[in-house]
Amino acid sequence: MYRTLFLTTALSMGFAATASANPALQALIDDPNNWAIQTGDYANHRYSSLDQINKDNVKDLQVAWTFSTGVLRGHEGSPLVVGDIMYVHSPFPNIVYALDLANEGKIIWKYEPKQDPNVIPVMCCDTVNRGVAFADGKVFLHQADTTVVALDAKTGAVVWSVKNGDPAIGETNTATVMPVKDKLIVGISGGEFGVRGSITAYSIADGKLLWRGYSMGPDSDTLIDPEKTTHLGKPVGPDSGTNTWEGDQWKIGGGTTWGWYSYDAAENLIYYGSGNPSTWNPAQRPGDNRWSMTIWARDADTGVAKWLYQMTPHDEWDYDGVNEMILTDQEIGGAPRKLLTHFDRNGFGYTLDRVSGELLVAEKYDPTVNWATEVVMDPASDQFGRPQVVAQFSTAQNGEDVNTTGICPAALGSKDQQPASYSPKTELFYVPTNHVCMDYEPFRVSYTAGQPYVGATLAMYPPADSHGGMGNFIAWDNKEGKIKWSLPEKFSVWSGSLATAGDVVFYGTLEGHLKAVSAETGEELYRFKTPSGIIGNVMTYAHGGKQYVAVFSGVGGWAGIGLAAGLTDPNAGLGAVGGYAALGDYTALGGSLTVFALPN
Amino acid sequence: MKKRPLALSLTVAATLMAVGTSRAQDADAAAIAANTVVDHSEGGRYFTVDDVPTYNIAADGTMDWPTYSGFRRYHSECHVCHGPEGEGSSYAPALKESAVRLDYYDFVDVVVNGRQVVNAAQNSVMPAFGSNPNVMCYLDDIYTYLKARGTDAVPRGRPGAKEPKSDEIAAAEKACLGS
Repeated sequence: MYRTLFLTTALSMGFAATASANPALQALIDDPNNWAIQTGDYANHRYSSLDQINKDNVKDLQVAWTFSTGVLRGHEGSPLVVGDIMYVHSPFPNIVYALDLANEGKIIWKYEPKQDPNVIPVMCCDTVNRGVAFADGKVFLHQADTTVVALDAKTGAVVWSVKNGDPAIGETNTATVMPVKDKLIVGISGGEFGVRGSITAYSIADGKLLWRGYSMGPDSDTLIDPEKTTHLGKPVGPDSGTNTWEGDQWKIGGGTTWGWYSYDAAENLIYYGSGNPSTWNPAQRPGDNRWSMTIWARDADTGVAKWLYQMTPHDEWDYDGVNEMILTDQEIGGAPRKLLTHFDRNGFGYTLDRVSGELLVAEKYDPTVNWATEVVMDPASDQFGRPQVVAQFSTAQNGEDVNTTGICPAALGSKDQQPASYSPKTELFYVPTNHVCMDYEPFRVSYTAGQPYVGATLAMYPPADSHGGMGNFIAWDNKEGKIKWSLPEKFSVWSGSLATAGDVVFYGTLEGHLKAVSAETGEELYRFKTPSGIIGNVMTYAHGGKQYVAVFSGVGGWAGIGLAAGLTDPNAGLGAVGGYAALGDYTALGGSLTVFALPN
Repeated sequence: MKKRPLALSLTVAATLMAVGTSRAQDADAAAIAANTVVDHSEGGRYFTVDDVPTYNIAADGTMDWPTYSGFRRYHSECHVCHGPEGEGSSYAPALKESAVRLDYYDFVDVVVNGRQVVNAAQNSVMPAFGSNPNVMCYLDDIYTYLKARGTDAVPRGRPGAKEPKSDEIAAAEKACLGS
């Protein structure tokens, strides 16, 4: 069963293989029996053409087997499946297990790096890791301490290892890496430690550094071509990575790159978002702070930026722009378009032309978003592409040492890194969201290398007129910029969703439920409570002719820190305690994988 | 002398099973009182009889400036690991309890030098903040805020009325930050 399908897919993919210079990996990704890349495919669809589990029979789903990772911290990302082997990773200490699917999940090999535990507190918001990558017979792990290691996929032996950053100055890693052609694309974390973000390409063969592009700095650092790189259709001009900063602040300017990347082989472009500028106190960094908070399209071979779009100039709320770019080919007005859809932390869902960077749609994907009225869509306006900030919610206009209240969304965004999925059957995006607002008081901080560099006090709470919960799971139409349906959730939905050809969409909840809903209507079809809260991403694969759905549970991450004790209700006045549900009342720590299948 | 509150709590712990809960609670309350009740103040800061910094909450709820400042600094420097309002998180312990349980000097020692509990079951690492002016210049503020949270003298949420920042505190802050 497996072999036949593999062959067919490989043959049918022959044409695409010429565009992608890594045809072997492309074939593995295109085989729906595998889950060979964290994001499902290069387009970040998180969609599987498997349909054995469908909307009619998903109610019969059962737990097939489970696996404990032996680690308590927050478990993000998902396992990979390539052929007969499943690759399971853990948070710090970043263990990798290779499990034999043909032999009841027996451990083929285990890799546990030795890392200095001093990296732990340098990781803002838990020691999560979003998983390994696979290419050319190697498994790639990007450790917390920024060591990138290539392991022999069959034995776990280290093939090569390289240091991408230095935890002593706050550089750490939580993200996965993306193999493209003969390169491995690698990002960095540490925006809350004054790290200057960058994206780096290493040789898959030997770990040699091939190019590195920074988020800010001189053109030679950012790999921006002042004449050819465009922002909203216009060349950016010289020194665009320094001329919207005061003094040397750009050197500790943030714009880190810890999200999910995507790749368009035909255009040979890599897409990703850069994070918040440092510090969180806007008064300490006047200007637009380019190119923080930016959607990037970079040439895979050279790293040179083709186009940019800065969503939140001069951030005042920590609306980190790292969320994934989802690439779709759809028709708009009868004409085929190559689109990029992005759900930003700032609460706007953006649709752009991914070839040119043209902005097509920017609409709120949570109606409570209030910090901006709109994004100006008129190319003739001097405000083109800029959010129109509401003075009442501007922490910059209100100034240092002033507490700005009632800002929606909160710093964790209407959506954080938890990735959305896309079904080409419904042309809908399935988006895990946060429904939380905040008070934000910026104040002056000084920079010390390797120490937190935050400079704001935050209080978070659900919106005043909320359904009582702190999250929604929504279906989004990216052409109209409209919510098709919205499911209220008690807590933020911090799990990456999965869409399938069986017309079922899966996601996890912070209480620990795996849920299956109808791709068309959102109607709940199935739920099962796993051992701990879910912040991992749902994946699917087939083995021996049988479809499986799997997800990590293991609560933690920013959700575990912000919600563990519950949020207070600002409307109840001083002294209110536990106005909203505490996550600690529902779940406890513990990392495990739960694998589901239909009964035999 | 300086260690008296801690010594007292340890005695309490040792005799807890023998003497029953009620007396233990009384003794515990006495220890907490010794470690929190204001004995004297200087330049807008309040201290116990042992010269340990403490909070001062007036009858109308008005809070001393350092404890308010501690609320702000806690939520900038500590909150990302230890959760809102000293309540703890899935990641790190509830500091409102540590501030009451630990002797002041032990509390300071952990913040300045850090602490590691790394073993098969746990990977708990507190970094050393000794070189971080955003923490060190406000260490007593953060301490009194957490102690106030630990004794429920201050509720969750944003504090209400506060005393003005004294000239002495403003001058000390400026000197400490070097700006």
